[in-house]
Amino acid sequence: MTADASTAVLELRGVTKTYRVKQGIFGKARPLTAVNDVSLSLPRGEVLGLVGESGCGKSTLAKILLGLEMPTDGKVLIDGKEILAQDRLSLARRIQPIFQDPYSSLNPRKSIFDIVSLPLRVHGVGGPGEWDQKVREILDIVGLPARVMNTYPSQMSGGQRQRVAIARALIMKPEIVICDEPTSALDVSVQSQILNLLGELRREFGLTYLFISHDLAVVEHLATRVAVMYLGRVVEESDVAGLFDEAGHPYTQALLKSVLTPEPGLGVPDTQLGMAYPNPIDPPSGCQFHPRCPMATDHCKQVAPRPVATPRGRVECHLHDPQSPMNNAKVA
Amino acid sequence: MSDPLLSVRNLTIDIPVGAGTLHAVRGIDFDLHRGETLCIVGESGSGKSLTSLAVMGLLGKNIRRGADRMEFDGTDLIAAGPRKMRALRGARMSMIFQEPMTSLNPAYTIGDQLTEALLLHKRVGREAARARAVELLEKVGITAAESRLSQYPHQLSGGLRQRVMIAMALMCEPELIIADEPTTALDVTIQAQILRLLYDLGREMNMAMILITHDLGVVARVADKVAVMYAGELVETGSATDVFNTPSHPYTRGLLRCIPLPGKTERGSELGTIPGIVPSLIGDVQGCAFRTRCPHAVASCRNTIPVQGGQAHAFRCVHADGKRQAEEEMPA
Repeated sequence: MTADASTAVLELRGVTKTYRVKQGIFGKARPLTAVNDVSLSLPRGEVLGLVGESGCGKSTLAKILLGLEMPTDGKVLIDGKEILAQDRLSLARRIQPIFQDPYSSLNPRKSIFDIVSLPLRVHGVGGPGEWDQKVREILDIVGLPARVMNTYPSQMSGGQRQRVAIARALIMKPEIVICDEPTSALDVSVQSQILNLLGELRREFGLTYLFISHDLAVVEHLATRVAVMYLGRVVEESDVAGLFDEAGHPYTQALLKSVLTPEPGLGVPDTQLGMAYPNPIDPPSGCQFHPRCPMATDHCKQVAPRPVATPRGRVECHLHDPQSPMNNAKVA
Repeated sequence: MSDPLLSVRNLTIDIPVGAGTLHAVRGIDFDLHRGETLCIVGESGSGKSLTSLAVMGLLGKNIRRGADRMEFDGTDLIAAGPRKMRALRGARMSMIFQEPMTSLNPAYTIGDQLTEALLLHKRVGREAARARAVELLEKVGITAAESRLSQYPHQLSGGLRQRVMIAMALMCEPELIIADEPTTALDVTIQAQILRLLYDLGREMNMAMILITHDLGVVARVADKVAVMYAGELVETGSATDVFNTPSHPYTRGLLRCIPLPGKTERGSELGTIPGIVPSLIGDVQGCAFRTRCPHAVASCRNTIPVQGGQAHAFRCVHADGKRQAEEEMPA
């Protein structure tokens, strides 16, 4: 993935985030690796879907990108420049977030105008007259009437609030938008409106999205590339067709199998994953997925797989590694 | 066929609000037999959760409930006093709530909360109750069940807590289970497992189940009967196959168009939407509540709406086939 690094608007190189967690009052602090050696690159105008179960490090990764957390190790580059070297204000001009819950991400005591114009005031762009003009423009773009400017978040529906959150994110014309589960708190009819809006805005403004979601049907619909995270590692990354049509990693396959499409008569699938998501403080040895993997062998328990390039991306699994002894055994 | 376990006719729920009366549920009918699963699907505010609370007798004091009939295995639930309802709840009918984070008492151990209902309703000793709790925890797939009894809710993950909720609802082998969005807060992989578990247990114990959800995928996979709810009314009822294969009410079809279907919807294409918003249910509501958002609305939609179709697959619409044929013939 480093070959097209020159065109990548956002690039992560070996990003790792380790927290020190105390267990009990007198417990000794132990390291918890929330994000483990993640390398991704996001070409301009693409949508990278990031999927995985809760606790896999998706949101920690989003926080690192927004500059809310510092990576313990590794680099984040925007247009080839390292994030740490830039100050936070200039970072905020280029990367903006849209959060999951529009009920808690908007200040209930501020009017919609105040909320949406805050980035302009923080960055010192223009004066009051210009703010008013810009807020009207952006509200129109996200499909809200200008009269909502003087209302408060409590007077709006969930879908409208999420439009306000989108307006606030876009008013500084950022290049990258981090969408962290932007539709999971919404009803299906509202969800489709917001997804359509995100799609339109991307085409219109050439935005690049990092789209975090656990709804795989939504990710398949919106994303152009998909990365699957498990216990802080990206275990598979591919273009959207490659991932959904020919998933390589057994974990990706299990995730895809657990999607419930509205087709009656098919019953509920058996993912054969077993229940327990492992405790990230005590990650399993070898391949971290092996306790839940239906295809695990002794080799998987001992040796961690290395990333293997596939025609459409890469995957971390011994089954796909031509140099793995598992495959030698199969050939012989 | 034998008498239904639960029979509801013309259930209405009225909530007094400042400006008048909010008619949250407006005359719904349904029957549920032993071993059957009824899914009530609808968006927020459609009255589906209130319906389940009305059956359980858990509505707030200021909410008025009325029905021509509401019988559970011959017992009149409308006339039943608090003492009689207490004897039914937890013993013969029980409920699984949406939020496993807030529905468990943080100050009591899992064991205390699991055995409470059994000790209250059945003549069993502490030892027997604990044994039953362990048995059910194992049944819902919790490992090291014995040691979990002395743990507190905060020590368990969301998926485990939801399993504890299910085990708790099953303690007295109820004949009816009402599950209100039991998997909404969970990861897709856990969701599939929990649904499979509920489905298998339902078959095994011949339980009747009402599953309340807004997820059409869940409905299609587990429902025997489906009831689509809009603005306090059941607009379409029928078997899962009928409702999903020949969706007849324009609202049902609208909902189905809103969700991306893996393999069917073109990736990145515009999703269907339902324009407009749910009408206010305060004061008198006349005619079809969906007419303001319906593409096929005509003048007669303001009058009383006839029920079309037979007993097996019924829907409320002035059009004989809900304009399904006309929509199908339209070029996509």
